[in-house]
Amino acid sequence: MKSMKTNTIIDRTVSYVLLVFFAVFFLFPLVYMVSISLNPDELDILKTMGSPKAFFPEPVSLKNYGDVFRRMPFGRFVLNSLIVVSSTVVGGLFINSMGAFALARFSFKGRGLIVTLVVALMIIPFEAIAIPLLLMVNKFGWLDSYHVQIIPFIANPFYIFLFYQFFLGFPRDLEEAALIDGAGWFRIYWSIALPLSKPIMASVAILHFLQHWGFFLWPLMVTRGFEYRPLPVAMQTFFGQYPRDWGDIMAFASMMTVPVLILFIFLQNQYVNTVKTAGIK
Amino acid sequence: MKMKKKELWAMLVFLLPALALLTLFIIIPFFMAFGLSFTNQRLISGRVPTKFIGLLNYERMLKDEYFFKGFGNTFIFAAVVVPLQTAFALGLALLVNKKLKGTKVFRTTYFMPTVTVMVVVAVIWTFLYHPEGLINNFLKVVSFYKWKPVDFLNNEQWAFPAIMFMSIWQGVGFQMLIFLAGLQEIPQSLYEAATIDGANKWKQFLHITLPQLRNTTTFVIIATTILALRLFDQVMVMTQGGPRGATYTIMLHIYNMGFKRLNVGYASALTVVFFLVVLGLSLLQKTLLGEERG
Repeated sequence: MKSMKTNTIIDRTVSYVLLVFFAVFFLFPLVYMVSISLNPDELDILKTMGSPKAFFPEPVSLKNYGDVFRRMPFGRFVLNSLIVVSSTVVGGLFINSMGAFALARFSFKGRGLIVTLVVALMIIPFEAIAIPLLLMVNKFGWLDSYHVQIIPFIANPFYIFLFYQFFLGFPRDLEEAALIDGAGWFRIYWSIALPLSKPIMASVAILHFLQHWGFFLWPLMVTRGFEYRPLPVAMQTFFGQYPRDWGDIMAFASMMTVPVLILFIFLQNQYVNTVKTAGIK
Repeated sequence: MKMKKKELWAMLVFLLPALALLTLFIIIPFFMAFGLSFTNQRLISGRVPTKFIGLLNYERMLKDEYFFKGFGNTFIFAAVVVPLQTAFALGLALLVNKKLKGTKVFRTTYFMPTVTVMVVVAVIWTFLYHPEGLINNFLKVVSFYKWKPVDFLNNEQWAFPAIMFMSIWQGVGFQMLIFLAGLQEIPQSLYEAATIDGANKWKQFLHITLPQLRNTTTFVIIATTILALRLFDQVMVMTQGGPRGATYTIMLHIYNMGFKRLNVGYASALTVVFFLVVLGLSLLQKTLLGEERG
């Protein structure tokens, strides 16, 4: 019996050592980013960049943050990203859930065919349509705008599919009772289906947010000046300016990252459920 | 059962917006790629009129060394990253799934990189990979000062492995969470029965955990492969495909041909090949790994 107890103690110790090791592994670059951003002295940053001292800037200052706002319209980039991402996510929630609602709750000719089509569309990666889509929006005269970053990304076959599966699970008599009561279909969708589908709406919103918040290839091609440019492209442009001021770059990176990290610490259980939903197809 | 007129209208109002957007922004561009690949279409039409040029784009591809370089590198990236990341993710999931205090906190720290934008990740790691940066100094210390500093991103040999390592760091937390969900679905009674039969932990892992995770593993492998083949953001920010093409990927080539050189016809041909490769690999993996639906 004693040996078994020793075994558990060894097992636990090894587990904790590994857990801590990986926590350091995943966090050190993010902590490094914030630490560098708080160091006002660029020469000191370059001198200490390779040593543990880099994690403990002395003195701590927000000078780099001020510099970012002075050197570029950072607020504008935040606004651009927020407009593009929130419009896409909110629009997506409605359009995709409505489409899924039609497919799951109505019986009509060709329904099966459309479901198959939606599933088939899931295999097409955005990268495989980016260039023809670029030609198309160029012909529409949509370049350098918000809507070129929003409208093509609202409808999404994967999210329609997730809603569809969820709606299929509702009992049949749900809307029959409502219909007898004289409620219209829109009422059923709005006051019965949507309130019941909060978990799936949260999942789709999180996935759509993550996908669009970090979106890089498309806005890189369709935005020119700062007016409509979202944060990731602005970050890359800022990063490409020589001589590089690492303090400012890390301040930019931190402002873009830390709020999202905090958001996801609060949403962690929701995020875990979301990945589960996305993983179990 | 025939639909009433009112019901038909309601159905169309629900379905049409999504269907119209999917058609306009996925289905039409998808078929356009095939059509354009047989033309000399430019992004901005200039003096040269667009015309049908048959298989010329595809013939040109066979003589394009960047096409082969791009696909070669993309395949190498997938071949290295997919197995390493999948195994690492499974290991992390097993670790976090242990009944120990505080595992939830660790789980959260492990997925922090996955909610960090890739462009930001690439920027941070460019600094970490600096010749006098943290990674070089760390390697120097753990090798007892035998390690000679390397300019990782400007070194033909090291640039791609450095980007692979960083990509795994960024993405593994997501796959970990998928495996974690899979692990929690496995009935506990299977392990209890195995313990009574005297099977040790390793045997339990081989004969219960792995087979039970089969569908999850298949999904993770296919999803990670597709993600790996799309490699673009990191290389665009860190190396632009260099040094000397060491990190040049197929997506970078499509971007350069279609957007930088405005040659939409040729970029579309590359896109078609890219899509067929993604589709073919996914189907091949599905067949080989034999996903059980149920």
